[in-house]
Amino acid sequence: MISKGDIQNLAKLSRLEVSNEELAKLEQELPSILDFVETIQKAEVGKETKSPELRNVMRADENPHESGKYTEALLKAAPAREGNRIAVKQVISRQK
Amino acid sequence: MDLLKLTITEARRALDAKEYSALELTNAYLDAIREKNPEIHAYLEVWEDSAREEAKRADERIARGESASLTGIPLAIKDNMLIEGRTASGASKMLENYVASYDATVITKLRAQNAVFLGRTNMDEFAMGSSTENSAYGVTKNPHDISRVPGGSSGGSAAAVAAGMALAALGSDTGGSIRQPASHCGLVGLKPTYGTVSRFGLMSMGSSLDQIGPLTKTIEDARIVFDAISGHDQNDSTSVPDGFYTSRAIRKIIGVPRAFINQGVDPDVLMLFDAALERFKTAGYEIRDIDLPNLPYALPVYYIVCPAEVSTNLARYDGIRYGLSIPADTIGEVYTKTRGAGFGPEVRRRILIGTFVLSSGYSDAYYRKARAMRDVIRAEFDAAFAEVDVVAFPTAPGPAFKIGEKAADPLAMYLEDIFSVTANLIGVTGMSIPAGTVEREGKTLPVGFQLHAPHGGEKTLFAIGSDVEKAL
Repeated sequence: MISKGDIQNLAKLSRLEVSNEELAKLEQELPSILDFVETIQKAEVGKETKSPELRNVMRADENPHESGKYTEALLKAAPAREGNRIAVKQVISRQK
Repeated sequence: MDLLKLTITEARRALDAKEYSALELTNAYLDAIREKNPEIHAYLEVWEDSAREEAKRADERIARGESASLTGIPLAIKDNMLIEGRTASGASKMLENYVASYDATVITKLRAQNAVFLGRTNMDEFAMGSSTENSAYGVTKNPHDISRVPGGSSGGSAAAVAAGMALAALGSDTGGSIRQPASHCGLVGLKPTYGTVSRFGLMSMGSSLDQIGPLTKTIEDARIVFDAISGHDQNDSTSVPDGFYTSRAIRKIIGVPRAFINQGVDPDVLMLFDAALERFKTAGYEIRDIDLPNLPYALPVYYIVCPAEVSTNLARYDGIRYGLSIPADTIGEVYTKTRGAGFGPEVRRRILIGTFVLSSGYSDAYYRKARAMRDVIRAEFDAAFAEVDVVAFPTAPGPAFKIGEKAADPLAMYLEDIFSVTANLIGVTGMSIPAGTVEREGKTLPVGFQLHAPHGGEKTLFAIGSDVEKAL
């Protein structure tokens, strides 16, 4: 079953800041949701299952739109920019 | 004009006959919104100026005698569909100030008919919920009883139409989010076949489940909106090519999974459902009890598949490209703080559950098993559809519930979806139709029933639904 440590790990994996107060609440809620969905373990699944309508959808990589056509519209939505780039915090830090 | 009763069909006739102009019609709705919205809170934003401009252009087109079915028709749009230059928030703090940089395909199609956009409607945050209580901007109230929820997640769209604040509305349905609010507000709500309406410009929640559809007063109105927004779109790779599904001849047989339905439904709601079946009999239909042994697994399967897709889809909200961004010292902290501040409780629950069911060591037992069960349930329905035209269910186990009644219990809220998630899991079309009313604490509350038809079976739903709609 899912423990407090598990929930903290899940929050870390999901890049989600969770307060201690919320953690206490989630410790109650998540196990009851998982208990419910776990009922499918009782179900039997045959080998012959298929998803008939699944198919690949592809197109030729051709006729690109004119370069820069959407750049301004998309950059306008960014929280921080430098010229024609989205600015982010340093991703790789130097060894200390 | 009586906005509480007006239909698209009637407005079309009156507009084309020049009994009133599209501008007059739009102004009437804007007046109704100004009067009622402060109490109902169906709209998060109303676009008075652009709506009037759109209505004027519609009038010019009507004057040329070139009107399309939705020319000059005032519509409400759920706040998870993009309209270029307009805020689209998904009722989340994450996108409070996000301005859409393009039009969703459904919007492009409605614009091509010169429809009028009145505003964006309230919803559960990122469409997760069954009551609109998960909106970051306050709950929408049910026009039939303002102490109750309108259903959700498309609750703002449903309340807007039911209160005469829009002639029709677009909603989105991932597990019942069009049909359940339609039931709670006394409307027709259509969840189209997966892939028939483009999802381009719809905020993704469960990408294998989401579909856009109409909330209207009549089945004919639902058909008109569906015809306007459906069709293949190369911008959505899951969009179905036109003519992909072949239509079937109607044999006038309704399937009812009786063993499943009899559990957990309010007695008077079940009575209305049975009364609807009686009307089918009167109209010459055979009612056939069908066995769908794995149907009880549909809801747990849904609450594995949906959170799994939510956890991956909502990874895009990271404070980098658009939306909320909380400044921090490291990029990792920008992610965690932004997501920690931007997402509400239900969204967080689903992200965590989704991360769990997809995690190494658990994904076989949860996610993969759920996917396999999805195919099993689909095969059972395929077999059922070989002998019946449609499968009938109540839309929800009860009428609209009180604000706050289920807010503290996520599982109780999930049970609202018990009869609706199947259509999304297997990709078929489903429609909720008003079945009558029940009494609760002296208030008269509407209740719907729903029909599921095979893939591409919208015409079947419209035809069969119309046979009993007149009798209701």
